[in-house]
This record gives sequence, structure tokens and C-alpha cells, in this order.
Amino acid sequence: MKAQLENLRKSAAERIASAKGKADLEAMRVAYLGKKGELTAILKQMGKLSAEERPVMGQLANEARAYIEGLIAEYAQAFKEKEKQERLLAETIDVTMPGDMPRRGHKHPLTIVLDEVKEIFIGMGFQIASGPEVELDYYNFEALNIPEGHPARDTQDTFYITDKVLLRTQTSPMQIRYMEQHQPPIRILAPGRVYRSDAADATHSPLFHQIEGLVVDKGVTMGDLKACLETLAKGLFGEQTRIRLRPHHFPFTEPSCEVDVSCFRCGGKGCSMCKDEGWIEILGGGMVHPQVLRNGGIDPDEYSGFAFGIGLERIAMFRFHIDDLRLFYENDMRFLSQF
Amino acid sequence: MKLSKKWLQVYVPVSASDKEFADVMTLTGSKVECFETEGADLRNIVVGRLLSMERHPDSDHLWVCQVDVGSETLQIVTGAQNLKVGDVVPVALDDSVVAGGKEIRRGKLRGVESCGMLCSLGELGLTAHDFPYAVEDGIFVLGDDCDRTLGLDIRTAIGLDDVVTEFEITPNRPDCLSVIGLAREAAASFKLPFSVPVPQVKSGEGDVRDLLRVNILDRENCFRYAGAVVKNVRVKPSPRWMRERLRASGVRPINNIVDITNYVMLEFGQPMHAFDLRFLEGGTVNVRRARAGESITTLDGAERALDETMLVIADEKKPVAVAGVMGGEYSGIMDDTTEIVFESACFRGTSVRLTAKKLGMRTESSGRFEKGLDPKGCRRSLDRALELVQLLDAGDVVNGVVDCDCTTDDVTTVPFKPDWTNEFIGIHVSPEEQIRILEALEFEVRDGLVYVPSFRADVVHPADVAEEVARFFGFENIESRPFTSTTAGKLTPTQKLVNLASESLLASGLSEIQTYSFISPKYFDKICLPADSPLRRVVTIRNPLGEDTSVMRTITVPSMLETLARNYNNRCPGAYLFEMATVYIPVEGRELPNELPKIALGMYGDCDFFTLKGAVEALLLKAGVRDVDVEPVGDLPFLHPGRAAKLLVGGKELGFLGEVHPDVQENYGIGQRAYVAELDFGTFEQVSDLTRVYKALPRFPASTRDLAFVCTREIPVLRMEREITAAVGRILESIALFDVYEGEQIPQGMKSVAFNLTLRSPERTLTDDEADTAVKRAIAALEKLGIHLRS
Repeated sequence: MKAQLENLRKSAAERIASAKGKADLEAMRVAYLGKKGELTAILKQMGKLSAEERPVMGQLANEARAYIEGLIAEYAQAFKEKEKQERLLAETIDVTMPGDMPRRGHKHPLTIVLDEVKEIFIGMGFQIASGPEVELDYYNFEALNIPEGHPARDTQDTFYITDKVLLRTQTSPMQIRYMEQHQPPIRILAPGRVYRSDAADATHSPLFHQIEGLVVDKGVTMGDLKACLETLAKGLFGEQTRIRLRPHHFPFTEPSCEVDVSCFRCGGKGCSMCKDEGWIEILGGGMVHPQVLRNGGIDPDEYSGFAFGIGLERIAMFRFHIDDLRLFYENDMRFLSQF
Repeated sequence: MKLSKKWLQVYVPVSASDKEFADVMTLTGSKVECFETEGADLRNIVVGRLLSMERHPDSDHLWVCQVDVGSETLQIVTGAQNLKVGDVVPVALDDSVVAGGKEIRRGKLRGVESCGMLCSLGELGLTAHDFPYAVEDGIFVLGDDCDRTLGLDIRTAIGLDDVVTEFEITPNRPDCLSVIGLAREAAASFKLPFSVPVPQVKSGEGDVRDLLRVNILDRENCFRYAGAVVKNVRVKPSPRWMRERLRASGVRPINNIVDITNYVMLEFGQPMHAFDLRFLEGGTVNVRRARAGESITTLDGAERALDETMLVIADEKKPVAVAGVMGGEYSGIMDDTTEIVFESACFRGTSVRLTAKKLGMRTESSGRFEKGLDPKGCRRSLDRALELVQLLDAGDVVNGVVDCDCTTDDVTTVPFKPDWTNEFIGIHVSPEEQIRILEALEFEVRDGLVYVPSFRADVVHPADVAEEVARFFGFENIESRPFTSTTAGKLTPTQKLVNLASESLLASGLSEIQTYSFISPKYFDKICLPADSPLRRVVTIRNPLGEDTSVMRTITVPSMLETLARNYNNRCPGAYLFEMATVYIPVEGRELPNELPKIALGMYGDCDFFTLKGAVEALLLKAGVRDVDVEPVGDLPFLHPGRAAKLLVGGKELGFLGEVHPDVQENYGIGQRAYVAELDFGTFEQVSDLTRVYKALPRFPASTRDLAFVCTREIPVLRMEREITAAVGRILESIALFDVYEGEQIPQGMKSVAFNLTLRSPERTLTDDEADTAVKRAIAALEKLGIHLRS
């Protein structure tokens, strides 16, 4: 019987090694270990053994079973691994083929830049305000120190609705409207559409956007204005950006300034973008004229403030190297999908 | 304003480099646009003298010249016929550049060597206005007003070496539209001494009062009128220095008298006019309003009708000039003019501006007057003109001037508050330094008051004075001071909702557009609005650029369709768009319209009605808008009557959406089905609900049931959904439409509609019985409407 078991182990090892697949292995398992298998046949002889021999043979038989089971499992694992490898190989795809992109919507470039500007100012404690585009002459001009006959009215060619109603030529009327409704401290940003009767070309548009800023509080100085605009410039054009305030004239600020930023392409050395000046003008501002504060119902002896106006299109044009203002309003998908 | 460096140097000896000058002036408030050196494009052109001229052996029009250029004698061939031996001429040497960038090199002309070229005025970039004695189509022969040192750079020799700086002058500073004004600013900027020159007129003959009478009949619009007379006028070219300065200033030299008027205008900023006394009937100047029916032929030859709002200079009978704008045709200087009147006057800026605008003729003079000139400067400018007449020997000045001055001697004063200035600007400048700055600008400071000079009408308030101090202290020296106090910076709920809506639409694959707020009234026809549609009541622009942009939109659809059409025409396969747009609705009895924000959507391409509706539904879901009623509508003329819907929430109309009506689609030339929607943002905001409350995740399994019904086509799915929802009750977790079918096996005019129901109880596992009972309730409810379970 011992010899039988020994033979069984040998023949099983040989046959299992020659198995071609999982099916062969299963057949062998049945042939050797199944109810009618060879090992079972051998074990049936156990009854003829003496009481001393029985446990010894029992152990040998169990060892033979474990041995064969182990062999089958080992080969089964190898077959499984092989199968997996084959599947993976068969499943190879061309990973250079394009991805399946969902349709993407594109934010308008003006909104992209406006959102950035808003974020910068919200970080400085500003709130966002808005006002009417169809505006009274009073708010657009008179309350801003631009009376009838003032030459500044000519430089802002105005669309009129009636003698007293017009399309606002600037966002500055918001200064008065906001001051009428709120007491200092005031810190607002008022972006919006403005209108001038300029025929559309690469650098003009009858409609464009301004972003008005207004700060009124006790003891506000030009130093505050400067710091505020530095934050804007660095936020928009990078930490290395410097600003330059140049004296200028606006009827509703005094002193007034135009603000240049160091050219973001050449850093101030002079290039084609800054026309060799090293500086690029981005906005105008100044200290709110005392009369304008008064017109807004705020006592200029107690409070002072600064205001500024940014041309959104201009900034967006610089930002994205856009050379024609009309593109913003044509909404060509080939344009929009670039943003 | 173009400023000649040579001219400036007469008054202020600025030694800075041209770049530095430009930078410093810009930072003190006189913005330099650009600066350029005259003759910068010329190279290697020198003064030479013709030593000999011989006929070219092979040409009957060329000359072979020997030219002494100082260091050597060159042989040069020229075709010019205006030369003779001894003439001093510009010589372009080998490897030189003449005006226009043309390079000149040694070469052979018909076999004879030529070592350069003799130049005409044109080749130096000049015209006969610059050198009136030069022959127009020949070589420029230098006259005795040039430095004729042989070999000298031609630019130095003829004075083509000025540096011209161009300034952008703001409208509040008309005083800076002059050499004197900029000299004052330059002196203050560079801390150099400066004083305004006082013209000296030598006494002559006669008495001006015998020749000229002046009456200001409209004192409201004419503050001052000063006139003087010059007899025995000798019209001839002005000297080179004057021509040069005029040229550098962008003014073409004409003759001595005209040049003097222009020269004084550029120097002092005061427009001058010269009348021929012959044509001034009665030797009288009346400054008055034009009379109805009067007209004048102006110097440019155009006859212009005048009206009673316009101020004119008239003699006893007729207008001879439009005050401050342009002279009449007979008022100019002619070859036979012998006696002239110089006018130096001050008119009200508004009057000149309106007149110039009405006549459609903005001139150098009117442009200056309309900014408001200093009446105190009239007399000095007139004296300067007379001084120049004597200097140029252009005529004999008659003694005296007629000066009608309606102004007072009041001087504007502003309190001198140096501490306030420091606080207001955020600087620390001592009172002494502030006074120094102000005095450099000709302000006087005494007894706590700042006395404002008459040419600075822009200064009326301490803030204006503070600006002067700040300008010369330097804006760049003001220290930045970041905010120390805090305010809450944040978006309002409305602004956040705008962002949320925008994000949702972007996520649905729609791109944002920006369109004009104004449209053409014809666009209402284009979208087939009926003639009595309230949307045709618009805010109309009185002076539009064109009809296309003449009314403010009351609906977003036309702008959206224009954009879709533009993309379609550009062969874009599809466009999926939205705009956060405003419409402008006039309100009876109010000056300003309602400006209503709208969300506009539009698309064509790989999409259908449900693509658009899906984007809207995603938006509403994101904004927490619940219980939206969708009503099919047929009364929106721009939409397909069978594919259009209104959205309502709690009876409030939220907006519409649908397929564009084929007629409208055709009107816009869109060759595919297109879809548009418009939602009212205000309503959207009212019905939106961004609060979110967590609902516990289900602990018990769900039962699902699929139900298919057969009903007539007309029954809306939404209605069936609502019936089922009501009938099943609270255990209905969700209901989803998964199939709508018409065709085989379904009777004509009917449809099969299949729903998937998910049923669940939060408290326990539903039994099959419970689920089946619930489903039966739903079936029974639909049965009542004639809707049967599909067998």
C-alpha cells in the first residue's frame, strides 16, 4: 500500500506537469482525488490493515492528498496568471487617441478679467455695486463737476435719450448714487457698461466696460490710493509689477492722475508693447473732488476719498494679446473657445 | 502741443537730455506723447560749394561739378539746371541717407564718376515754405540765412536740428498750449528761474484811435477786445528763426504778418487775427451776435449761414469774422495789403465752442478759446505782435492800442492750508517748500491766502492748490499706505447667484457672450413681433450711430440670434451660448427705464429642444428652483408653435424656451434648427433657494417598478408624472421617464410612456404587497384620465 501511494504521487506529478489548461487540471483532480479517484480506491484498502498500521498509512495517504492538491493549486495559479497576462495584452488600446471631452462652456474673456479684478478688491474689503446704464445727465455730468458747456462733454461723445437722460459715458455716476445711499466708510467697486458715440473699429467701441472704484472715509489720502492700485497691479500683472502715477485732469477728482504699470512684457526696459516707454497706462483716478463729495451728501471737511476708473477691455486686451476691440462683441466661437 | 526745444531754451535753459526732459515733464503733469529730433533721418549730408561746372560728355542735361566740401573736392554729377559756379549747396556724400530713407552711394552716371548727390529741399524733408527763396524743382542753394561753412552738417547749417516734444495737454490747462506756459512748467519742474517776457513796443506815428473804433455789443460773450493798427505793411517771408520755430510747432510758414499771428498764438497761447483795414468799413469793429439771415464766406472759401446765437466780428455793415473761429475771406492778408488791424480778444469758451460745432469747423483758434483763455493776456500778446512787426520790419506800428476790457481786476484767492494739503495728499512738505512750489508757478502766497494767477482759472479750491504742491513734490514720492481699517468685502447674494448661474451654464457646455445693449427697431420685425407688441415700446437713442444701434433692447432674442447667425455664417458647426444680459423697459411717467437682468440662452448644431431645456433644468436644479410648471405655448411669434414653452414657478413667469420659428430662422439666415430661451433673473432669484438640508442616507432597500402606459399624444408627460407622484404618496423616492414610443403596436394618435419608479420607506423594508398596492393606486389614478397600463 505504501508502494501504491508512492506510485500515485509520482504518476500524479508527471501528469499534472503535462496539463494543458484548467480543464486538464480539473480532470486530474477528479481522477486522483475524486470519489471514484485513485486515492479513494487505495484508501478503501485501509480496512485490511492492522490497527498499528492504520494511522501510519492514514497519515501517508493524507500527505499524498495534500501533495497532489498542492500541485494542482500551483499549476492552476500559473494558468490563471498566464490567462490574465494574455487578456491584458489583448486589451491594449492606442492611448494616443484623443479623449472623450464633454462639451465645455467658455467664460467670456471680459468676465474672466473682471472676476479677477473683483476678487482682488474684495480681498481689500470692497463690495460690488451697480447702477443704471440709462442715466440722468445730472449723475453722469453735472454732479461730477461737468456742467453744460464743459469741454469734457465734447470728449465724451454722448448718446442722448432726451435732454436730461442719456446712456452713461462712464461708471462715475455710481459715485454719487452710492454716496447718496450710504454713509462712510465706503469701499466699492462698480463695474458696468458705458457708452460713447464712437463708431466701432479696432480701438473704439460704442459700448465698453469700466470698473469704478470709490473709497470714502476719514483721513483717506493719495497714499491709500497708491497702495490700493499697487495691489491691483500686482494682482493682475504679477508681483514684480510697479506702478507710476502721473498728474492728469478729471473734473471730478482733484488731484487727478493717470496710472501706468511697468510693462509686463519687458519689465520696463521698453518694447513694442509699451511703445518703448516701459510703462503702460491702465487707469485714471484721483482724490474725490470736495464738491463731488458734497453732491453725494458727504461733508468734505470730515471725510475724504479716492476714486478710479479702469477700462476693462484695455486690460483684457493686454492680458490676452487681443488686438481688436470688436472681437469682444462679435462672439465668434473661434474667439470664445480660446478662453 | 508741439514744443520746439530751441524756442523753449530762449526762456528756460533746460540742460536735461531729451529723454530726461520728457520723463520729468510727464511726472509733473505735462504728459509727453513723444519727442523727435528734426532731420534725424538724414545722414552724411554737408555744405559744399560749386567750384566748377562742365557739361557731361554724353548728356545734354547733366552737369559734372567739382564741389568743395571743406576737407576735399568731390566730383558730382547733377541734372539740376538752377546752379552756377559759387553756389553753396547740400551735398549728400558717399554712404549718405536723404529724406525718405533713400541711400546715396558713389557711382557712375553715364560713365562719369559721381561721388555723391546735390540735394533739393525735398531731399532734406523740407518745402518751399521753409525756404521761400529756394527753387522748387532744383537744388537748394543756401542763402545768407544759413551757415555756409563748407563741410558743416547740413542740419546745423540750415537749422534742421531742433528737438520737438509733443505734449498731451489736458483741457483744464489751456495756458500750457503755449511756449510760455510750458516754459513755466519746465522751470518749476527743473527748479530754474523764469519770468514772462514783457514785450517792448517802440513809439511810432499817428494815433490808433483815428483809424480804429471797437464796440463790444455782447459783453456776455466777449470779455475783452484789443486792436492795433500797422501801416505800410511790407509783406515778405519771415526770418529763418521764426520759420524754423513755426515748422517745429507744426505750423506752415506763410508770410511775415500771418507768421506773426501764429507765432504769438504758439508763444502766448492767445489766438490772433489780422484784418486788412481796407475791408473794415468805417474802421469799426463791432463784436455782436449775428443777425438772422446773415452769412459769411470764411477764409476757406465756404459760405456759411449764421444765426443769432453766434458771435461775430463785424464792421459797420457786415460780419468780417466768426469770433474766435475763423476770419472772412476779405479779412486775410493779400499781396497788396498796406494797413492791417491786429486782433487780440477773449471770447466766452462756450459761445465759441457751440458756434464752431454748429458751423462744423473746429479750428486751432476755436479749440483754444473753448477751453477758456485768460483775458488778462490779450494786451501782452498784442504788444508782442507789434514788437515782432518792428523786429521783422514788417510795417509801421501806429501809436497806441484800442483796448475794450470788460473784465474786473478781481483775483481768485484760496486759503493757504499747508497742513491740510499734507493730510489730504498724505505727505509732509513744509509750508516754506509749498510756498516755493506755488511761487514758481506764479501763485502768490500772503496773509494766509493763495492768490491765483489769472491764467489758472482751474484753481479755485484748496484741493487744487494741494494738487499743485503734490505735482511738484512728485506723485512718485507719495508713500503708499495699505488699508489698515477693515470693511467686509463680499459679494451680495444676488451677485453670488449670478456667478452660480453662470457656472451652471458653463458646466452645461454653453459659452458666455457679450452683445450690444442697443439694437435696430427693425429687429422686432425680424423676430416677427406683432405691431402692437409691448416689447416695441423702447428707449430710443436720439443721436444713434446708425439705425442698427438706435434703440435699447427690450428682449434678448435678437442679439442672441444675430450671434448664432454670425457663427453659422462663419461655418461654425455649432454654437451653444448664454449671456447675462440686460433689457431696458420704459416706464410710463418715469425718466429712467427699468433695467432688467435676463439670462439669455441660444444654440444650434448638435442639439435639440431638450438640450436647451436640459441646460435650463440643470440651472434651476443648481439654484434650488422647485416645482416648475412647463406650459406649451403657441403665442411667442419667434418660436415654433409646437416646440415652445413657458416656465412658471408658483404662478410667476420665469421665462420661455423653444425652437426658433422657421420664418425667423430664415430671416436670420440660419440654415439649421436653432433654439433660444430667456429667463428673467429677478424672478429666478425670487424662486431660487440655496439652502440645503442633509437627508439621511437610506437604511432600507428600495423597490423598483417599471410602468408603461398608453395614452393620447396630447397628454403631457409632466401631468402623468404629477398624477403618479400624488397617487403613490410619500414612499415614492423618485420617478423617471425612460421611454416614449409611438408607432407599431400602438394605435394611431396614441403613445406609450414608460416610467421607472423607486419606492422606499425610511423606516423599514417595503413588502412586495406594499409596493404593489402603491403602484395600483397610480394605475387607478391614471385610469381616471383615460390612461391605461400597457398590456
